[in-house]
Amino acid sequence: MTLLQTPIAAEKRTDRDEGLLEKATERRNRRTYLALLLPGLLGLLVSFVFPLAYMIRMSFNKGAPDGVIVETFTLDTYIQPLTDPYYWRVTLDTFQMGVTVGILCVLVSYPVALFLARSTSKYRGLLIAIAIAPLLTSAVVRTYGWMVILGTNGLINSSLEGLGLIDTPLKLTNNMTGVTIGLVEIFMPYAILAMISGFGRLSPQLEEAAGSLGASKFKVFTRVTLPLSLPGLLTAFLLVFVLAISTFITPRLLGGGSVQVLATEIYDQTTGLLNWPFAAALSVILLVLFGLIIAVYQRLTKKIGG
Amino acid sequence: MSDVRIFKPRFNPAKPAFGLLVFLLYLFLLAPLLIVCVVSFASNQYLSFPPEGLTLKWYEMLPQESTFMEGMKVSLIVAVIVTLIVLALGVPAALALDRFDFKAKAAVQSFFLSPLLIPSIVLALGMVLLFGPLGLTNTYAGIIIGHVAITIPFVIRTTLMSLATTDTSCEAAARVLGADSWTVFRRVTLPIIQPGVIAGGVIAFIVSFDEAVISLFVAESGLPTLPVQVLRYVENSADAAVAALSVILILISLAVVVVVERVMGLRKALR
Repeated sequence: MTLLQTPIAAEKRTDRDEGLLEKATERRNRRTYLALLLPGLLGLLVSFVFPLAYMIRMSFNKGAPDGVIVETFTLDTYIQPLTDPYYWRVTLDTFQMGVTVGILCVLVSYPVALFLARSTSKYRGLLIAIAIAPLLTSAVVRTYGWMVILGTNGLINSSLEGLGLIDTPLKLTNNMTGVTIGLVEIFMPYAILAMISGFGRLSPQLEEAAGSLGASKFKVFTRVTLPLSLPGLLTAFLLVFVLAISTFITPRLLGGGSVQVLATEIYDQTTGLLNWPFAAALSVILLVLFGLIIAVYQRLTKKIGG
Repeated sequence: MSDVRIFKPRFNPAKPAFGLLVFLLYLFLLAPLLIVCVVSFASNQYLSFPPEGLTLKWYEMLPQESTFMEGMKVSLIVAVIVTLIVLALGVPAALALDRFDFKAKAAVQSFFLSPLLIPSIVLALGMVLLFGPLGLTNTYAGIIIGHVAITIPFVIRTTLMSLATTDTSCEAAARVLGADSWTVFRRVTLPIIQPGVIAGGVIAFIVSFDEAVISLFVAESGLPTLPVQVLRYVENSADAAVAALSVILILISLAVVVVVERVMGLRKALR
């Protein structure tokens, strides 16, 4: 019935009515999308915005021994991490770890991503899934796996000793070496995912064309494949870098207390020393480091045109 | 044109070498998961190689390990409630973002995805600072609120993904035929977004279930979740009981992976 009546009703409408009707639908639409958005926005306000804002405010308070917090508004808390050589060391170590893990992770992920991007196998989907599935496994479990492999009685040391290649076990855990190896593997799926998505303009046809025009394999790679995959590689590096400088579980477990990075320092200050303003100031420094890197990245991608 | 080959391809030694390299890199990528499986069946009393024999004793030990069982209970309760909450919050928000036009749309969308850009250690600190005075530390409510922030982006993203692949004509058709908004949602929109909702839901579940940093900060002493218990156990003990538990955690993740891959493709869902 409504279907039949609509055209007649429409004919009778004047321009003014039309405008009013439009406004009414707009208002109803507005009410609908606000109602749909509101629960989610409130949820994020409580679980995300408030904690972050409170943390930033806390960094301007002053911490006293035994967890006493002096409510004030000062930059004093920032003076120690920015002047004390120990915290410079920690920040630099964190930065260095991010760069090392980023570069190594890109190096080991690139061949896999290249293989997956080019593959025409019917198992391609499965192979992609296997490469990124570890993303959904627990970081604690994967780090534990690396402790089993790298530990004093672990797979590597037992094998090398069994083969008579070494007398004393190599020190692969409780130091930066172990943390780096673990992190490279843990972030590989992220890097592969970022690369496959970033390889948009890379096509086997282009490589074939270069080859048929007489370019050597090496030249095809350096002049065609590599330049075209550069945006993907850069995105992957950046992603791994930011993940690495903020990661906590792996430095804590594989570092065994002897690797101090910003994340472990934040934890120690929070739960051990109860110096909350100080932990908050370190977190703000970590966030600023994040912001800087992302700004640099956006500059770079503009230059490359990716 | 590309399938017409003028020259016969010569044997290229680079090809199998590249294949071998990729295989070894896959092995590296899966090494920690594979080794945990091996260790969980090894009868060695303490962590060492090579395995001396096969045993199921570590799996038999699990039900008696009260810390694991307690942690499993906490993690399951948290993950189930978090999943229901973020679906209730995220699916309507994704609908609004796809089916309506409004000024700040792009900004609102980035806001919903932004928790993934903030280091979880920083978020965790903010939470423990704010929740402490409110009496939410070491409570289910505290952990659940904490996990909502980091799981909402996944639900929004997967739901948007399924909405993007369909146009609004089905819904318009249903409306013209006289269906009210609720019927349109239930009979038309919901089936369309079902894959995204399922994928988002199971990803939210596993992210919450495996989350360690926020849980550690918010509830380490009073209400440790399973990942927190595993973390402590790994730091203090050297036996393989935790390997058996890890295998069970890996299997749960694997189930999630299979579901996501089936309904919308893992790559699409996690991009």
